[in-house]
Amino acid sequence: MALAHLDALEAEAIHLMREVVAECRRPVMLWSVGKDSAVMLHLALKAFHPAPPPFPFLHVASGWDFADLIAHRDATVAAHGLDLIIASAPPEERAAITPFTASSDVYAETLLTNPLKAALAEHGFDAAFGGGRRDEERARAKERMVSLRSASQHWDPKDQRPELWNLYNLKCGPGESCRVFPLSNWTELDVWHYIAREGISIVPLYKAALRPTVERGGRLIVVDDDRMPPGEAPRLRMVRFRTLGCWPLTGAFPSEAADIEAIIAEMAAATTSERAGRLIDDGAAASMEAKKRAGYF
Amino acid sequence: MQRSLLRFITCGSVDDGKSTLIGRLLHDSGSVAADQLALLKAEAARTGSAPDLSLLVDGLAAEREQGITIDVAWRFFGTASRSFIVADCPGHEQYTRNMVTGASTADLAVLLVDASVGLKEQTRRHATLCRLLGIRTMILAVNKMDLVGHAEAPFRAIAAAFADLAASLDIDDVSAVPVSGLSGANVTEPSPLMPWFEGPSLLALLETAEPRGSELGPSLRLPVQAVQRLPDGTRALMGSIVAGTVRPGDAVRLLPSGKTSRIARILGSAGDRPSARAGEAVTVTLADTLDCSRGDVVASTDAAPEIADQFEATIVWMDEAALKVGRGYWLKLATQTVTATLRPPKHVLNVNTGEKLAARTLALNDIGVAELATDRPLVFEPYAQSRTLGGFVLIDKLSRRTVAAGMIHFALRRARNIAWQALEVTREARASLKQQRPAVLWFTGVSGSGKSTIANLVEKKLLALGQHSYLLDGDNIRHGLNRDLGFTEADRIENIRRVGEVAKLMADAGLIVIAALISPFAADRAMVRALLPPGDFIEVFIDTPLAEAERRDPKGLYARARAGAIRNFTGIDSPYEPPLNPEIHIITTEESAEAAATRIVDYLLARGR
Repeated sequence: MALAHLDALEAEAIHLMREVVAECRRPVMLWSVGKDSAVMLHLALKAFHPAPPPFPFLHVASGWDFADLIAHRDATVAAHGLDLIIASAPPEERAAITPFTASSDVYAETLLTNPLKAALAEHGFDAAFGGGRRDEERARAKERMVSLRSASQHWDPKDQRPELWNLYNLKCGPGESCRVFPLSNWTELDVWHYIAREGISIVPLYKAALRPTVERGGRLIVVDDDRMPPGEAPRLRMVRFRTLGCWPLTGAFPSEAADIEAIIAEMAAATTSERAGRLIDDGAAASMEAKKRAGYF
Repeated sequence: MQRSLLRFITCGSVDDGKSTLIGRLLHDSGSVAADQLALLKAEAARTGSAPDLSLLVDGLAAEREQGITIDVAWRFFGTASRSFIVADCPGHEQYTRNMVTGASTADLAVLLVDASVGLKEQTRRHATLCRLLGIRTMILAVNKMDLVGHAEAPFRAIAAAFADLAASLDIDDVSAVPVSGLSGANVTEPSPLMPWFEGPSLLALLETAEPRGSELGPSLRLPVQAVQRLPDGTRALMGSIVAGTVRPGDAVRLLPSGKTSRIARILGSAGDRPSARAGEAVTVTLADTLDCSRGDVVASTDAAPEIADQFEATIVWMDEAALKVGRGYWLKLATQTVTATLRPPKHVLNVNTGEKLAARTLALNDIGVAELATDRPLVFEPYAQSRTLGGFVLIDKLSRRTVAAGMIHFALRRARNIAWQALEVTREARASLKQQRPAVLWFTGVSGSGKSTIANLVEKKLLALGQHSYLLDGDNIRHGLNRDLGFTEADRIENIRRVGEVAKLMADAGLIVIAALISPFAADRAMVRALLPPGDFIEVFIDTPLAEAERRDPKGLYARARAGAIRNFTGIDSPYEPPLNPEIHIITTEESAEAAATRIVDYLLARGR
């Protein structure tokens, strides 16, 4: 009798985490504090129990993070005694660039991608766990669970190492590193079912609540602090988030789903894919692949 | 109810309508989000055609430019009872490696055939590769039934031809289903267009197929990934169970050491667990403190896996740089990593015809059978019994690329290590009882050089000194242990090997072994040297010029060889390779047998105890 679906996915992820810890010199877990990160942390705690996860957790903080997310991060770190590394852009760049004034490309590169690359290089990490899933996006569907990055953090989709059985080639040359995706074979719904089954604590923003919102460019933006440029008055709406990024750039949507079971019911009836914004605006669906080649996680 | 998981691979080319069929499966099982469908419809409206479901599974930019699938892409969909992970693999030849990758984790294979074309060379290739990777359940999807008017006859003919092919490849579980990816007929629901077909739809077949799941067999197999020390000092072994179940109290054997113990605890984050089974990632402790590290395998005591360092295996070469015979590659099997060297392939397989062809090496996408040797013994099982303990990858040590996948057939008989029973009394203990340091004095030299004479003198002197020794004389052993061997090159090598193994056992027992054999080939003497701990093999070259030996001719053998009565006689019609760097060099024309024997015993005593 084979393992049930979620048990098989859990075992596969734990096996991969242990392989990385056994073979790599200095692994790190990239940790956005979102729902996929919450599952990753839970798996890491299970994999190495009773010891704590034998690697640090790296959070890239843009300075425009939701206050609830930072609070959840710090509470989680304290609860589990995690080794947390916070990566941020230099103060002068953070002062110069805001999500309201800079283009989204410049914003993401300066406040997110560059600090990530700098932190990976500074600490000499040779393996970085990420929560990426193959169902998220068409380019990801072809990525290996262990994916080699060149010294300049580039990915070459046409020259990936074959990955057979559950044997992972984690050998890196000087400056090279591996990106490791233990949730590769999970779907978004699997993540929610697992959160429900295991009772995993998540940032409350995923659950519907009355929040002060404004409409910007067709999206509902939750006003998280007083840096919002003046304009329309915020309106209280019952909303929640499907993914979490920087608050001025992440759209909420109207929902009544205030607990995990309701979220799953809503998800099961979902009519929109997770990265809906990207799929609609780039048409060719090639932008993610271009970003990945350039080192975007 | 818990949903089950099925992993399958789809094989076929772009011409067979594979992307459309997978797109249809995703679409008709309700796994496509509304915004993606809207995109498809917008695209269709622009081109004035029906929505192209194949766009749902297109991926990389490079591939869209070429209009083909160039790599393994993974798809996910589900029904109420089951989740599916689909490895979508390309059909054309240069990407064999991707198909092998996809097949390695698949429970079953869906092979696509164009109903208007019938079986093609690639159909045999796909079936062969899937079978090679251990897939025994296949579904033949005869696609594009719309092109043959949904008629029964063409479907039956193709299904019958495939049944023959499958039988020839020893594939036991085959179903055929007529479908149309374009119209959706028989993909998820039976179609009124083909009332003559009474079998289940493709999706129904997938929902009811038996997953391979974990590996068969009740005996525990737990390869150790890592060991952690608990706060109380106990060692906890972490790993994924390959086969069998585990419970506290179970008797287990740790391989390759062979030491036995019992499972003490199965640790879980919510307290200790009463049991765990195949497929699960676990952390266990043992009742005894045993040396254990990554690569060891915890197994049931009743049926343990084999241990060997030479194998025959099927190798699939996956790199642009061809195999270099004799070069060391990293070999990764379960959690073991060793260095492996390959011999020249016995043959390569033409996957289109099933022919076996001669080859000197393996190039990209070649599939061959070769023997390989590892620098350390591997705990393994044949691939047919265990994907995890029988499947391996080879990694180039310089480029660090994964260059090949391999599947072990069996251990070579000469390498099979059946003595995995750990011995409690050690070699050191036995030697110290005798108050001597074991050694193998290996006398080599042409016939009549004086080996036996000097060896006898050495043994007498050792006896006088109270040392325990034994003399293995080549001629005497040929009367007993080796009486089945002749003087061909192969028999001579076997003769040396047997004497070498006996000498090793005796040295292990604490004896000073004196072996006197012509042993003309340097490679054979090196083989015996490698059997023993460093420093214990002492090569003694009894150096007598051939002319002098022939003049002495104590047994009259040279005369008979010259007369042609003996073939393959060393020095006459078979070469003698003198040692280049022997530990002791005796030139018998310059040193008496007595002086030589004294010098050899002095050498032994100087080594200490």
